Amino acid sequence: MEKIQKTAKEIIETYDGSPIRIMEVCGTHTHEIFRLGIRKILPENVELISGPGCPVCVTPVGFIDEAVMLALEHGAVICTFGDLIRVPGTKKSLADARAEGAKIQVVYTPLDAVDYAAENPDKQVVFLAVGFETTTPSVCLAAKKAQEAGLENFSLLTANKTMPNAYQALKGSADAFLYPGHVNAITGEEECRKLAERDGVSGVIAGFTAKELLTALAVTIEKSKTGIPFFVNCYPRVVRPEGNTAAQKIIEEVMEPCDSEWRGLGVIPGSGLQLREGYGAYDARKKFRLPKVEGRSNPACRCGEVLQGKCRPSDCKVFGKGCTPQHPIGACMVSNEGACSAYYQYSSEV
Amino acid sequence: MMENKVTLAHGAGGRQTAELIEKVFKAHFANPEFTADDAAILNVGDGRIAMTTDGFIVSPFEFPGGNIGKLSICGTVNDLACMGAKPLYLTCSFIIEEGFPLDKLEEIASYMEKTAAEAGVKIVAGDTKVAGKGQVDNVFITTTGIGKLQEGVHTSGAFAKPGDAVIVTGDIGRHGCTILLARENLGIEADVKSDCAPLWGTVESMLETTKDIHVIRDATRGGVGTVLYEIAAESKVGIRLDASSIPVDGAVRGVCGMLGLDPLYLANEGTLVVVAPKEKAQALVETLHKGKYSGNAAIIGEVTDTMPGKVVMTTEIGAETLLPQPGGELLPRIC
Repeated sequence: MEKIQKTAKEIIETYDGSPIRIMEVCGTHTHEIFRLGIRKILPENVELISGPGCPVCVTPVGFIDEAVMLALEHGAVICTFGDLIRVPGTKKSLADARAEGAKIQVVYTPLDAVDYAAENPDKQVVFLAVGFETTTPSVCLAAKKAQEAGLENFSLLTANKTMPNAYQALKGSADAFLYPGHVNAITGEEECRKLAERDGVSGVIAGFTAKELLTALAVTIEKSKTGIPFFVNCYPRVVRPEGNTAAQKIIEEVMEPCDSEWRGLGVIPGSGLQLREGYGAYDARKKFRLPKVEGRSNPACRCGEVLQGKCRPSDCKVFGKGCTPQHPIGACMVSNEGACSAYYQYSSEV
Repeated sequence: MMENKVTLAHGAGGRQTAELIEKVFKAHFANPEFTADDAAILNVGDGRIAMTTDGFIVSPFEFPGGNIGKLSICGTVNDLACMGAKPLYLTCSFIIEEGFPLDKLEEIASYMEKTAAEAGVKIVAGDTKVAGKGQVDNVFITTTGIGKLQEGVHTSGAFAKPGDAVIVTGDIGRHGCTILLARENLGIEADVKSDCAPLWGTVESMLETTKDIHVIRDATRGGVGTVLYEIAAESKVGIRLDASSIPVDGAVRGVCGMLGLDPLYLANEGTLVVVAPKEKAQALVETLHKGKYSGNAAIIGEVTDTMPGKVVMTTEIGAETLLPQPGGELLPRIC
């Protein structure tokens, strides 16, 4: 094992061909790449870009505004993953709303929110459904469970996203993608294979350990030399070709594709998921008749460009000054897995 | 903004806690004996004693490997031990919520009795208050302890020197991991027990091996990573860790992997960080390996004169990275 790892590391360190830009599209990859110091062993002509793979980072400002509106104007209890609380909205974050008396409950799975609703029948409970194919199955399960229990005080504010169309939108930003292994564990290989064969988008599915990440990078570098679009599953230990069919089935049953807004990337057609007609009663937008919300982010923040690899976090004027993990201005500084947060935490200059 | 209010981050043991102490408490309490170390050193009569106090609000109050009673003895005994002081006497103060079951209180007291006996300390006075329902969460305990400083021992967070070795006395992160699993409804089952233990015996055995130990620190709230940053700042030195030599229990590693946590920032209640001259380090680790609570002790890094105030790590792939500065996260109450 030691020998294989060394070889992968050597392939990376000694590469002297034409420049390659590789985009990792998973927040956990971003974090591990920094933690392991992988950027430090890259030769000059290999560049790693942190793409839009952290659900907190790509969630648009308008979504936070909708959640704040539900909490403050409709008096709903907001159940959410903790990171979202500190993401700035146009005027307020959920943390600000909480300080004004809104009830914000941190949960670890959407099912906890269903339980909370069942225990508090006198309150309207809204779960903030963000995330990719990895978290969406549990959101769908929550909707099903709420329907089975006949709960009338539970709903979902959805911003669920799917990756394939985002790769298309980001095609010009990188020469190859490190695909997020956890997402592909659900979706399988097919979409990524098609991206290579049909659309000329290259990438490899990567795992999360030092060995798996180095292997994925070494394979990317080797395959890039051929100049032919490629796809390789470098995480076969977990990712089966067909993916997790049970999870796919429940998403298909409860949700349908829709257009979706990504912070920094704008609206990408067919890149989101919304509740199907049969689950309309659990759609918070319909239930509370939310108006269309146009969010505005702080104009100094360059998260949008960071997410597309157009600039580095350190190129942003507020990075490390007005914007720190303690006081984030942009979403990428909030989550531990956001690109700006990782740059900040692992940068010795700050 | 909420800048003028105390937040949970002020209690997490990181940067915000240090700021709070500096700006509020130190500003009002400063005197020659006031200390940033685990216990104050006081000259009383002919001898030197160490004195410390610690509050415990852990939720849940029972957890695999102990309860709040055991923790309240270990925390204070270990703070004294870290100064090279043999713990002698403790006092304890209970704040109990109205309605708290008596048999649970009895159980807590029984744990305290057993742990105090093992640590060789006597509980000599106490105070009991009962607060109305909802004014405290079950039971809060504060213990205060004094100990007798051993001759020829001089340890402080400010005494680390370039060339010293950094040792941990056991595998790291078990208490924090245990509390997280017991507290949060994560649906993860793992065989993890708190390392909560009274460590005077561990310290005594080290001092019998050599008195030439520069720093002994209890890696409680904030974990080993936070303690190393404190030592780096107080001693104005750099610290380099070797990732592959840091002992972590397999189950703790697994849980951390799933939750995206680093064991370096998880609390310990029975594991110390020790800084001693490199030539003494091997003998210390051999002594520790014979101890009841320190079988997994290991040398995990060294003190350097580069990048003072920073902790760097040689990672599994041989690259050198900065260990992120702790602070900010809202961790559950763990001690």
